[in-house]
Amino acid sequence: MKEKIKIQNLTASYNGKSILRNINLSVIQNEILAVIGPANSGKTSLLRCINRMCDFIPEMDVEGDILLDGVSTFAKRDSTVIRRRIGMVSPLPVGLPMSIRDNVTFAPKVAGCKDPVILEEIMEDCLKKSALWDEVKDRLDMIATKLSGGQQQRLTIARALSHFPEVLCLDEFSIAIDPVTTMRIEEILKELKKEMTIILVTNLNFQARRLSDRTAMIFEGDLLEVGATKDVFSGNTQQQKTKDYIEGLFG
Amino acid sequence: MSSFKSTELLKSKVSKQKWVESILLVTTFALFIPVAAIFLILLIKGYPAINLNFIFAGPSNGMTEGGIFPAIVGTFWLIFLSLFFTCPLGILAALYLNEYARDNTFTRIINLAIINLAGVPSIVYSLFGLGAFVLFLKMGTSILSASLTLSVMNLPVIITSTRESLLAVPKSFREACWNVGASKWQTLWYVVLPNSLPGILTGVIFSVSRAAGETAAILFTGVAFYLPFLPESIFDQCMALSMHLYTISTQVVGVPESYTFGTALVLIGLVLIVNTLSIVVRSYYRSHRKW
Amino acid sequence: MMGKVIEEEKRQLSDYIKHYRPKQILRDRIMESIIFLGGLSAVIFTIGIFLFVIKEAWPFLSSRFSLMEFLTNIEWYPVSNVSVRYGAKALFVGTAAVTIGSMVLAIPVGIGTAIFISEFCGPKFKEVAKILIELLASIPSVVWGFIAVMVMNPFIINVLHEPVGLNVFNASIILALMSIPMIVSIGEDALRSVPDTYREAAESLGATRLEVVIRVIIPAAKNGLIAAILLGVGRAVGETMAVLMATGHSVAIPDSIFSPVRTLTATVAAEMGEAPKGSEHYQTLFTIGLSLLLITFSINFISDILLRKSWKRK
Repeated sequence: MKEKIKIQNLTASYNGKSILRNINLSVIQNEILAVIGPANSGKTSLLRCINRMCDFIPEMDVEGDILLDGVSTFAKRDSTVIRRRIGMVSPLPVGLPMSIRDNVTFAPKVAGCKDPVILEEIMEDCLKKSALWDEVKDRLDMIATKLSGGQQQRLTIARALSHFPEVLCLDEFSIAIDPVTTMRIEEILKELKKEMTIILVTNLNFQARRLSDRTAMIFEGDLLEVGATKDVFSGNTQQQKTKDYIEGLFG
Repeated sequence: MSSFKSTELLKSKVSKQKWVESILLVTTFALFIPVAAIFLILLIKGYPAINLNFIFAGPSNGMTEGGIFPAIVGTFWLIFLSLFFTCPLGILAALYLNEYARDNTFTRIINLAIINLAGVPSIVYSLFGLGAFVLFLKMGTSILSASLTLSVMNLPVIITSTRESLLAVPKSFREACWNVGASKWQTLWYVVLPNSLPGILTGVIFSVSRAAGETAAILFTGVAFYLPFLPESIFDQCMALSMHLYTISTQVVGVPESYTFGTALVLIGLVLIVNTLSIVVRSYYRSHRKW
Repeated sequence: MMGKVIEEEKRQLSDYIKHYRPKQILRDRIMESIIFLGGLSAVIFTIGIFLFVIKEAWPFLSSRFSLMEFLTNIEWYPVSNVSVRYGAKALFVGTAAVTIGSMVLAIPVGIGTAIFISEFCGPKFKEVAKILIELLASIPSVVWGFIAVMVMNPFIINVLHEPVGLNVFNASIILALMSIPMIVSIGEDALRSVPDTYREAAESLGATRLEVVIRVIIPAAKNGLIAAILLGVGRAVGETMAVLMATGHSVAIPDSIFSPVRTLTATVAAEMGEAPKGSEHYQTLFTIGLSLLLITFSINFISDILLRKSWKRK
């Protein structure tokens, strides 16, 4: 039971408005941790702090620390390397306006890899892992923005895998895609769990229940509780709020 | 009875609308008639003057005969040198304002300044050029001073058009790049800039046409009424098409009409070619958008 | 065998990607500083315009200059041997005359055209009209001045039988044609930024297109339309070459629209060439430049506030 990520006293505000308060949370290696909670409770902001995207949002103030493999990430001045260790899949699929091949090899290229053989290898590997290879292998030079939404979302996952992340964060990845694709991606995640740690932010309680090992509940910037998924979803919650949310009394 | 009334009312409303519509149509056309007339007059009166000698010879006999070659050469010097200064500066400033600047008082002041810079009369730019480049920096009246003045004048044009095309690239593209570990500059270089290039190019071309036609801004900074020789370096003075047109149509007596109309036709032809180019570039890229 | 080599290389690459940034930090820092310097230079130039115009005008402003004389005296004798007088009233009036004259024509035509191409005409015509207006905007001011001298001037003398062809009337028409493209394009932007839901809501209540435009669209786009007009005014006030060539060089208060006048811009353009550097005359011309800067700056400032307001609602 190795702690992959340890969030310590994380407090964040956006334009002076408090969005996360004193979060303490650990993510264990090779687990899927689901983060649930109603809209606007700070789930996305939590992910942005983890991969230090918050550096690029000038309105956001962050305090506390996040340890990756026991080492503080906030202490490092340059956050690029941290984002390479953490893959991020955004809610809406984004195909960069370049070919499918370039989309997947973008991350290794900006990291300095120039060997075309290796790049090709990485691309094929990532596209296969994200279950997109069979659909696009004959048209790798097509511009990625012409793919369908579901395909673009899998491309986003392929891109997130292309820099060999140790942690994969998914932010409500199924919001803009059809149920069939969602199920396929969920299968992929179960596979990926063997090689990396996954943080799954979701607004679908069933998805959290199906996929995750542990579930964390965030409500209005506070971490209400974190526990084994089967406990949380069988009614053994520490907080009444969590139970109400899961039962759909609010949300 | 009541339904009859309402039909009457509707009819009168519709006919009123027809009236207003035709009035507006007439005003719109009233705008195009003088334009067409101007082009036609310039073409008819100026065309006979245009021949190889007119383009490639210098003015002679007190600027009443000969050609306009030195003016064409001077205009090209000014265009290219001003582009050389204004493009990098304008694009960098736009990049800074759009991608790096935080939303604070300083940034707001810069924004305000740029908006206002765009409305400053060209003669004031000329005064600035005279005070700053010619006298203070001791560049004298030279192509260099004139080009620098032109480039300061075109700076807001390039900044504004570059910012617009940077804004047109969705934020999600930037975030996607940052997420995979690209630095801010890499994101700009590999994704944002290539996709905003057509818009930037349109702004640059537009500023070329402004530089080609501008007269007031170069009046005291580096352009001469008449020079018997071609400029050899950026520290020489030069002639310019726009200035030459002003000179021969108001300052010199006895210039034949065909010579002045020919000069005007060359100038407007140059400006129109450049502008058409920018329209073509823009509409081409609009129909070939990648997202 | 081959697969194994690639596996090993990929493992190395994964380490490399995750922990090492070759030269990149340095390059990013350098690019960031260059970009910052670019942004800074734009500011420097902007401040520089004010600074240098004030600097050159300052000796005059701080000594002989009297605001009363400058604004209310019509005697502009900058090079008189007997007594030098710098009354710029006639120049201000001249600028006002051609600006008002041009706006009488440009506002109805400009706003009318903007309404027509935004609300009434089809997309094909709109495309063509916008390109034509762009071409109109691209005609250099010296060509407009040339037209004033070579076409309008004989027309006014021969057809309207006026003794002087270069006058307020001539300049107003030329200036109107020059300001219209700006009024049209900014006015059209303002009208377009009115959300379509407004139009649909009003039309679903049974209003005709005309009623929608008059009662809904124009009130909603009011700020933007005013800004368009103001920017047109700014353009007319600041225009130099066309006015220099079309107004007829007469420092006097005009008594009819066919009187020749002299504007602020034209005065600077016409006299700076002869004013010795650093002389009082030279400084006075910079003072005129400063007034122009202040006028156009306030116009732009107000229209910027109005435009911002109209965007906010959108």
